[in-house]
Amino acid sequence: MKVAVCVKQIPDPASDYSLDPATHNLVRPAEQVLDDTDRYGVEMALQIAEQHEGSVTLVSMGPSGNLQGIRQALAMGADKAVLVDDEELKGSDSLTTAKVLAAAIAREEYDLVIAGTESTDGYSGIVPQQVAALLGIPSLTYATQVDTDGSSVSIRRQTAAGYDEVSASTPVLVSVTAGVVEPRYPTFKGIMQAKQKPVDTVTAGDLGVEASPGQAIRSVQPAPAREAGEKVVDEGEAHLQVVAALEQAKVV
Amino acid sequence: MREPDEHRLFRRTVAEFVANEITPHVAEWDEAEEFPRDLYRKAGELGLFGIGFAEEHGGLGTHDALLLAIVAEELAQCGAGGIPASLFSNYIGAPPIQAAGTPETQAEILPRMLSGDAVCALAITEPGGGSDVANLSTTAVADGDVYIVNGQKTFITSGMRADYVTTAVRTGDDGAAGLSLLVVPTDLPGFSTTPLQKMGWWASDTATLYFDDVAVPKRYLLGEEGQGFGLIMLNFNHERLFMIAGMVGGSRLLFDEALDWARERETFGRPLATRQVVRHKLVEMDRRINATRAWMAELIDRVDAGEAPVAQLAECKVQASRTLEFCAREASQILGGASYLRGNPVERLYREVRVNAIGGGSEEIMIDLAARQLGI
Repeated sequence: MKVAVCVKQIPDPASDYSLDPATHNLVRPAEQVLDDTDRYGVEMALQIAEQHEGSVTLVSMGPSGNLQGIRQALAMGADKAVLVDDEELKGSDSLTTAKVLAAAIAREEYDLVIAGTESTDGYSGIVPQQVAALLGIPSLTYATQVDTDGSSVSIRRQTAAGYDEVSASTPVLVSVTAGVVEPRYPTFKGIMQAKQKPVDTVTAGDLGVEASPGQAIRSVQPAPAREAGEKVVDEGEAHLQVVAALEQAKVV
Repeated sequence: MREPDEHRLFRRTVAEFVANEITPHVAEWDEAEEFPRDLYRKAGELGLFGIGFAEEHGGLGTHDALLLAIVAEELAQCGAGGIPASLFSNYIGAPPIQAAGTPETQAEILPRMLSGDAVCALAITEPGGGSDVANLSTTAVADGDVYIVNGQKTFITSGMRADYVTTAVRTGDDGAAGLSLLVVPTDLPGFSTTPLQKMGWWASDTATLYFDDVAVPKRYLLGEEGQGFGLIMLNFNHERLFMIAGMVGGSRLLFDEALDWARERETFGRPLATRQVVRHKLVEMDRRINATRAWMAELIDRVDAGEAPVAQLAECKVQASRTLEFCAREASQILGGASYLRGNPVERLYREVRVNAIGGGSEEIMIDLAARQLGI
């Protein structure tokens, strides 16, 4: 079973970040890390590939930098990577991102596409569904469990009441939630092997996609400081005031 | 000195492993004076035991002092030195097997040690003496296909649950030339242990070992009779480097704990970190850590280039334990009463200073070794 996994290199969330004063885009350092949420997708893909004698191809868009994030996923065991690195794509909106990823995936043979639910630096949460639509394949989203017999895929999706079981025939896209599987740690052997694995770096033009971000950020304002809460002094009737406040906030 | 990309990536991996699998549990494990045996398997899966071991047994194939130092530095971030100490009894018990064991002994032990299924320990120190290796008195007397081993070993890390103990025994006359290393499988009759309670490193199992007519098959001898002293010495440079890196990591943790506290804790209306007396303490800690770490980096480079800078490693171990001691004291002063409470990494590391200044060669022995090496 051939599995393509969407992954993203992001700045280390534990380090300081800055925005480009002209474009308001995030300034990306040369050294980026694999988005934590993608580790679940990579692990899921590896497990499925191991069960069904398949292969795992990483598909990513963004500046290459020193490829540390991609190497992290290769070190976990993925076979190769396709990275779309194009200056013109800086600050792309989710639809442009999806077009680029879909075009990169379409060049590969695939039975299954796996993605996280959303990236930790973008948080749009709609790229996986857009990629599926552009590829013309069904999408099974927010999976907490994934099973496949090689020709169809079924997932569990958490709901307030329990879970839904949803299935589709391949080719299919699945977006997985954190915790769907326990990601493995890359070993040093894996890290050394990752150095030898192919990383195909292409531009939007190579994929026949128009390189335009699709959006521009006009301004960025700091979030307003949180206002102090209201103190209720209990003189015997405080509970009524608390209930009234909760009702006003429409939480009860 | 910038670490290669792959080493930085491995550092990140080990840091994540420590943060996820170890740090959340250290207070509980330290109080219990034990950590789950499963942690060996998890560490084995990650390949933490493979540095310097042959690929045919599941190791990395090459030695890499930088990798070893990265592992030690990052493991130290868990804030309980007993855990890396016990995990890495493998790293002192198994290298002599790799260096001089028969193919049969290597095949029996090394793959299981590397995967974390078997635990190895090294037993040299005896109740009658520690650093005076040449004069130890546990005996192994040849008798047909076996050696009959009699004697005691003490302060043995992982002594309670080791499956194999690489044991320094006297097979010949007095002095260094009469010493051999013999691997003792701990399920043999006549082998017994008692646990030792310690000032620090609680999570590490430490024991006294008793050998009462233990019949050890001769195939477990490492190298030839009389080669023990050389094999023991072979171990020390990497062990010292591992300890230095652990102390650098521990010192950095103490600094980070003190800095976090100084920024958050307000006294007389201002954070501690705005007080000159506290700021100077923090900078002094940082200065000493940076100096030690830079020296360590140079030694790693030299060891990886094939040198054996014995005097420098010995001196740097003293530098590292003095730095750890200083940082533990100053971090404790900055945290104040909070550092006196159990469960706090500063309290734990303060107690662990002593074992670092004594174990793996005491400061005094290190300095004397350096003096002799330097021809003073």
